[in-house]
Amino acid sequence: MGMTMTQKILACSAGLDTVEAGQLIEGKLNLVLGNDITTPVAITEFRKAGLSSVFDNNKIAIILDHSTPCKDIKSAQLCAVCRDFAKEHNIAHFYDVGKMGVEHALVPEKGLAAPGEAIIGADSHTCTYGALGAFSTGVGSTDMAAGMATGLAWFKVPSAIQVKLTGKLQPYVSGKDVILHLIGMIGVDGALYQSLEFTGDGVAALEMDDRFTICNMAIEAGAKNGIFPVDEKTEAYLQGRVNRPWKAFTADPDAAYTRTVEIDLSTLRPTVALPHLPSNTKPVDEVAGMPVQQVVIGSCTNGRLKDLREAAAILRGKTVADGVRCIVIPATQQIYLDAMAEGLLADFIKAGAVVSTPTCGPCLGGHMGVLSDNEWAISTTNRNFVGRMGPTSSKIILASPAVAAATALTGVVTDPANI
Amino acid sequence: MKVYKYGDNVDTDVIIPARYLNNPDAKSLASHCMEDIDANFAGSVEPGDIVIGGANFGCGSSREHAPLAIKTCGVKCVIAKSFARIFYRNAINIGFPIMECPAAVDGIHPGDTVSVDFQTGVICNETTGETFQAAPFPAFVNGIIEHGGLLNALKARGVAC
Repeated sequence: MGMTMTQKILACSAGLDTVEAGQLIEGKLNLVLGNDITTPVAITEFRKAGLSSVFDNNKIAIILDHSTPCKDIKSAQLCAVCRDFAKEHNIAHFYDVGKMGVEHALVPEKGLAAPGEAIIGADSHTCTYGALGAFSTGVGSTDMAAGMATGLAWFKVPSAIQVKLTGKLQPYVSGKDVILHLIGMIGVDGALYQSLEFTGDGVAALEMDDRFTICNMAIEAGAKNGIFPVDEKTEAYLQGRVNRPWKAFTADPDAAYTRTVEIDLSTLRPTVALPHLPSNTKPVDEVAGMPVQQVVIGSCTNGRLKDLREAAAILRGKTVADGVRCIVIPATQQIYLDAMAEGLLADFIKAGAVVSTPTCGPCLGGHMGVLSDNEWAISTTNRNFVGRMGPTSSKIILASPAVAAATALTGVVTDPANI
Repeated sequence: MKVYKYGDNVDTDVIIPARYLNNPDAKSLASHCMEDIDANFAGSVEPGDIVIGGANFGCGSSREHAPLAIKTCGVKCVIAKSFARIFYRNAINIGFPIMECPAAVDGIHPGDTVSVDFQTGVICNETTGETFQAAPFPAFVNGIIEHGGLLNALKARGVAC
C-alpha cells in the first residue's frame, strides 16, 4: 500500500522508510512556532520543567501578533515574557511590533516554511503552510515547549481525504469560497484526525494566496493538516525566500484515501458561512440582503495581497454604507507596503474604511474591532463561533474579501458581481 | 460528584473566551471556564465532577488554556463522542484524562452518578447500572499521562534537559 504526501513527509521526519495511518511516531521538526498568547504558556512549562536550552535557535519562531500593538497591561506583560525569552535564547526568528505580521502570512513570506518540512505551531492555523507542500499542524503550548527543547514532536500518522479539484474559478470566486464550500460538504469534523490532500487539474490554476487560504481553514474541518502538491507556482513563490535545500514529496499512485471529494471549481459560487459554525455554508445568492454593522477584511486567512486587491477593486471610488464600520488589516508589513505602493490603502481610506497595522485583533474578539450586543459582522476570518468577536449575542458571517467588500458598500450581504 | 453534559462542537472559544487569555494563570482561567456556554459552570463545579461532550469536543483554537481551565476546575475527566485533535493532544500533554466513548455519552445524563477506571477504560453509570468501554490509550500515550505530562515524560527518557 502506498503512502500519501503527508505520510511520506512524516516518515522522512521520523527517519523511517514507511509509515501507515494510525502509527505513533516521533518526528524531527524544521520549525517550532508560537505567538504572544501561546508562547508565554510554553515558556512557563519550559521553565517549570527545568529545561535550560533550546534545540536550535534558528528553528524557532516567536511572533507577537494576537494582542499587538498591546491592547492592555496584561497583554503587554505577556509580550514582555516572550521578548525576554527570545533574547535569553537568541531566538533568530523573533518578530516584534514593526517587523511582525500575522504569523501564518509572515512565516511563508519570510521563507521559514518550505516543501517537505515538518512544522508545528502553537496556533491552530499553522496548517496554512501545507500550501507550500510542507507538513504543518497546530499544537498546544506544551508541545511548543517540548519542540523548543528537543526539536521533536509525537504524531499519530493521519489517514487522508483526497480533494480532487477540477476546472477554474469564476470571477469574484476565490480560495475562501473553495474551503467554505468544502467545509460545508464534509462538516466541521469531516476530516477529524485526517489530512486533506488537494489534487487534480484544478490545482494549477489556483494562486498561492488562494492555496494559503484553503490550507489555513483545513482545521475548520477538523483536519490535522491540509496539503497541496508542489508545482511551478510554489517554486516561483519560494524563489528568493528559501535558500536552503528542500524536497517536494508526491503521494504514491496507490496511496490509500478514506474518501475522495470532487469539486469542480468552475461551478462554485461566492460562499458564506452563517453563525455559528464554519460548516453552515450558503451560496451568497441565498442570503443576500442580510444586514451587518461591521466588515473585517484581513487575518491569517485573508489578509494577503491578492485579498486586498480583490477588496480594493470593489471599494475603489465608492463609499462604505452608512452604519457600517469597515476594518482592513494587511497581514504583514510587506503586504502593507505593497498595498500602499499599489494605491490600495488609499482606495480603502477614501471609501471610508479604516486600515490597521497587522494584528489578529478582531478575529478572536481581542481588539481593533470588538462587536457590541446583537451586532452582526461579515468577516474574512476563519471562525464564527458563539462569542468569537464579542458578546455571545453578536453574530459573524464568514466570507471572501470580495463578498465582504461588496457588503461594506451596501450594508447587507451582497454578491460582488452586483456592485 | 456531578455530571455536566453539553452537545456537539463545544469549541475552545466557549470553554475559555479569548478575552480572558491575557491572564494565563490557571485559577483565573478556571474562574471563567465554560462562561459563554454555561454561565453557572465555574461557580458550581466541584472536584471530581465529570464533563460530557458530544462530537468534536474542543474544536477551534489551539489554546491549551482550554483543557487547563477544565482541569483546574477539578473536573475528573471529559468523556466525549470524539475530540478535536489539538484539544486531544493538549489534554494528554498536560496529563488530563479524556475518554472517547459515544455509547457512554448517550447513556449518561445530568444527575447520574458516574465512575471511571482509566486503567481499563471502563465507565460505569452507577445510577442506571450500565457500563461502557472507552477505547484505551496506546502505551505511548499512557506513558505521557502516567508521567503527569509530556515534558516530564521526555525528561524521564532523557531527551529533554
